[in-house]
Amino acid sequence: MILLLALAMLLELWQAASPSFNAMGWRFFVEQGWDPVMERFGALAFVYGTLISSFIALLLAAPFGIGVALFLTEIAPRSLREPVSFLVEILAAIPSVVYGLWGIFALAPFMRSHVDPFLIACVGKPFFASPSTGLSLLTAGIILSIMILPTIMGVSREVFRTIPRGTREAALALGATRWEAIRVSVLLPSRGGLLGAILLGIGRALGETMAVTMVIGNRPEISANLLGPSHTIAAVIANEFAEATSDIHLSALAELGLVLMGITIFINIAARVLVWSTSASMGATGGGS
Amino acid sequence: MTDRHYRMRRVKDKAMHGIFMTMAILVMVPLASMVVYVAVRGLKRLDLDFFLHLPAPVGEPGGGMGNAILGTISMVAIACGVSLPISIMAAIYLAEFGKQGRYAFLIRFTADVLSGVPSIVTGIFVYQVLVRRVHHFSGLAGGLALGIIMIPLVTRTTEELIKLVPRTLTEASLALGVARWKTTLLIVLHAARGGIVTGVLLAVARVAGETAPLLFTALNNQYWPSGIDQPTASLTVQVFTYAIAPFQDWQDQAWTGALVLLIMVFGVGLGARLALRRTLIQMD
Repeated sequence: MILLLALAMLLELWQAASPSFNAMGWRFFVEQGWDPVMERFGALAFVYGTLISSFIALLLAAPFGIGVALFLTEIAPRSLREPVSFLVEILAAIPSVVYGLWGIFALAPFMRSHVDPFLIACVGKPFFASPSTGLSLLTAGIILSIMILPTIMGVSREVFRTIPRGTREAALALGATRWEAIRVSVLLPSRGGLLGAILLGIGRALGETMAVTMVIGNRPEISANLLGPSHTIAAVIANEFAEATSDIHLSALAELGLVLMGITIFINIAARVLVWSTSASMGATGGGS
Repeated sequence: MTDRHYRMRRVKDKAMHGIFMTMAILVMVPLASMVVYVAVRGLKRLDLDFFLHLPAPVGEPGGGMGNAILGTISMVAIACGVSLPISIMAAIYLAEFGKQGRYAFLIRFTADVLSGVPSIVTGIFVYQVLVRRVHHFSGLAGGLALGIIMIPLVTRTTEELIKLVPRTLTEASLALGVARWKTTLLIVLHAARGGIVTGVLLAVARVAGETAPLLFTALNNQYWPSGIDQPTASLTVQVFTYAIAPFQDWQDQAWTGALVLLIMVFGVGLGARLALRRTLIQMD
């Protein structure tokens, strides 16, 4: 049943997307104009927004997620572990529409009045140009990073747990400091698994819809300015699908959905293979110790 | 020389310690901010009316999200009806019969990958399959979309928890001459019922907060739900609509909606944790 469901989803989307693909061909992915009235559909701006916002999210969430996971497995006293990981799990349970609400009314004003002016003054163009409204690629990236943090942290923690205690103790016994032991005997052997954790995080970020729609400003624009409005694949589907009137418009949106599904499936498969192979090799070497 | 080198290493060690500690604290900031915001702003409009009344037109005071709360509950119920039979049976198969086989591996893998598919894509799928064919949005479609999202989640958690049932229990039953299928149905399922409840509750907590797949399956509705073939309001879509609206009163209500949503989601999640704890104690 589950297999059938997965196949059916792919097939239906494929069917739905084909009119648009026939009409636009590969130009769909390389053209910029998105004009439902003129029936011209170029998805490049959405792809750009999706990639950049996810990339920002990753830049922020990867060090934090891995850092917190390390803190929890290696450094934190036992009494802190449970509560901290419980709190991070709560982050994962908050519905994305609540993130979005918080993004509009708390994060975006904060960005507008504190963070953005600072960035404009210190770094400036081309990445941070005024005026800033707070509804921007950067804000979306930050919200996404908070949302994918639990994923990255959870998977990294699982990866760290598979590392046998022995190698850590061996490093310490050789006179390494705590950090050196962690770097050599924990971080290094788990790098494949960590990459998998990060990929799973990206997978979530790419498909995240509601929170992003609410803070990204929803304008299909390609610009290096991170403080400007942008748009993502998921957001345009959410905004236009219910109101799309022409068949070709629906089909174009379905094609975007198919693209999104394809990318996330690919990323998920890659991530899981990476996580598995790391923990499997751990099992093999760790069995004796 | 060595002394200085050693001191450098010590400093680096302390610095990394500090960095990890700071990270853990920083991560708590958005969570705290979010909870405080939702609680403070949400309490402003939280009263009985909010649960019992329909949304009021712009400019009119009062009004609530009664219909949306009911809509969310009914669509989650439909989702359970759609997904539970499939996913629980799949979980039993994986845990009891498929085990490490190649086919079971394939199913597990597909379920994992399916749970990574963005929920909005599921929305498009249901739109194509159901909404487009019958030509209107409906609560049934919304529930179906949520159900599809639930299937891989319930399957995987339930499988893990069925696996926790001690082997000795199964073997004792088989040794007494009870048939395989009977053992599974009567003994294993009975022992794992707490685990199954946990898996279901966790999935329910997750889909109750979904917005994206409902936008163009269940749409929205200003009135009380009149049937599952009608467009249905949901708490999440209502919060979204009100949040991006330019009216102060609506925005206040969006916060209250978010508060109610959080309480619902956390309540169910807490229930899942309790059920899990009880099962684990029982199995020991």
